Amino acid sequence: MSKTFDRLVSGIDSDGHGAYVEEHDEESNSMVINMGPVHPSTHGVLRLLLELDGETVLRCEPIIGYLHTGMEKECEDQNWRGAVTIVTRMDYLAQFANEQVYSMAVEELLGIDLPPRAVAIRCMIAELNRLSSHLVWFGTTGLDMGAMSAMFYGFREREMILDFFEMVTGLRMNNGYIIPGGVWVDLPDGWDAALEAILDVMPKRLDEYEALLNENPIFLERTSGVGVLSRDDALALGATGPIARASGVDWDLRRDMPYEGYEGVTFAVPTATSGDVYGRYRVRMAEMRETLELIRHFADNMPEGDFKNMDPKLTPPPRSELNRSMEAVIHHFKLVTQGFTVPEGETYARVESPRGELGCYIVSDGGTSPYRCHVRDPSFVNLQALGPMAQGQLIADLIATIASTDPIMGGVDR
Amino acid sequence: MALPEIFTGLTTVIKNVFRRKDTVGYPEVRRLPFPRYKGRHILDRHPDGLEKCIGCELCAGVCPADAIRVVGAENTAEERFSPGERYAQIYQINYLRCIFCGLCVEACPTEALLMTTEYELSGSTREDLIYTKEQLIVDAPIIRHWDTKKELPPDINLKGTS
Repeated sequence: MSKTFDRLVSGIDSDGHGAYVEEHDEESNSMVINMGPVHPSTHGVLRLLLELDGETVLRCEPIIGYLHTGMEKECEDQNWRGAVTIVTRMDYLAQFANEQVYSMAVEELLGIDLPPRAVAIRCMIAELNRLSSHLVWFGTTGLDMGAMSAMFYGFREREMILDFFEMVTGLRMNNGYIIPGGVWVDLPDGWDAALEAILDVMPKRLDEYEALLNENPIFLERTSGVGVLSRDDALALGATGPIARASGVDWDLRRDMPYEGYEGVTFAVPTATSGDVYGRYRVRMAEMRETLELIRHFADNMPEGDFKNMDPKLTPPPRSELNRSMEAVIHHFKLVTQGFTVPEGETYARVESPRGELGCYIVSDGGTSPYRCHVRDPSFVNLQALGPMAQGQLIADLIATIASTDPIMGGVDR
Repeated sequence: MALPEIFTGLTTVIKNVFRRKDTVGYPEVRRLPFPRYKGRHILDRHPDGLEKCIGCELCAGVCPADAIRVVGAENTAEERFSPGERYAQIYQINYLRCIFCGLCVEACPTEALLMTTEYELSGSTREDLIYTKEQLIVDAPIIRHWDTKKELPPDINLKGTS
């Protein structure tokens, strides 16, 4: 491959500084161009450095960091409770998965148990989150392939789910709802009727989506056989989630390493063997139906009881106590200003987010804020599979390939 | 030819054209937020007119975004603002920084700081969006820049339509 490309990937242009836009290599007759970081179909600020021979992609290198805001570092300035408001902003389409995995890691260090209702609420809302995230993927993928109505329909149904989030958590995105020890507040009155409306409408709408795209010759032409990732490559690159499952890796953390709430729950894990964009499309569509079943399961078996761990060293006392008990006031002030302490140690928790394995590695020095909070974001790892997928195909097919990887740049750069 | 498949897709599109419209003509038509919605703050008063805020600065301390500034002062016999010893002399919330997480409301020991469902926050300068105590106190008028002709219930999208 050309020397120009290596020089540009290492970040030095012909003048010796910074990024470069376009270069023509006389020796190998290839052309190096940048796609992004401001390109409508790179789903955020993803920059791809492409080496092209005519319209064929010889090499594709994702260059990231345009959305880096140091969120992992910022967590270290917050107390354990306040860091929830930071982690929820990482992968902003899977906010509940982020909060859940962070809370699970903290709880493991604390060594506390959760009331069953808290677990069920968490799982239910995280599954709804999977649905809303896949709907955004459906909409943007359709848009990238020229099916604009797909975007209207996907975002319309997502609106219902965001309304449900607003009803339960008070916010539509970046909720900060799942906290170490449980959830912020109990489900409101009428949540079951609202959820029923979603569960009622969604299967019919999914039928419509599939009628629109499944057999559509234009869509098939643009997706089948495009962006193929072999099973070995998927395993070697550590790809997880729908991307790996579409390449024939039958791996889902909810089933294979069940964490809180998923023990004993049976559900199908859709897979495909083609490993192309169409396979990933089919896997995600099937996953949405499976998710609906899971939501129904958690909603139907919603236990009664506390929605968070009521340990007074962890949870501030109820407000009514503040006027009566001096001890409650002291606890309240201490928990609010300082926060609770977490015993010294380190741990890694993982959940299956809409994009794959989302992990959170936490180190505590025994203080009131995280010593280190690292998040293994699936978008970041899956993005590395873009190179092998894009190699040898046309640049126009790259759009479909990026859409099918579903990268969230907030999660990639953190 | 793939005419049947294209026809199936077009049927879906045509069916959707005749569905109930999901968009509303904001700001003339508004969907009201749910009661839990975390919007702009207010500072509450006691029924006798004294302020509930005691200037304890817990909200400022807990804020993950450092959006709140409180400077407390002592009440005197001539100038009494709150029932206790202290009151908030300066109370500012910077809405350019606020992330509406609601931790401040949870922290407030006297239920002085509350959140409304008001989400229309705009200004033409940065100073406009630093709300002072006079703007946050409960009886300060909420400014709307446009008249609302019709209000829709919060759960308009969650009533089983198919």
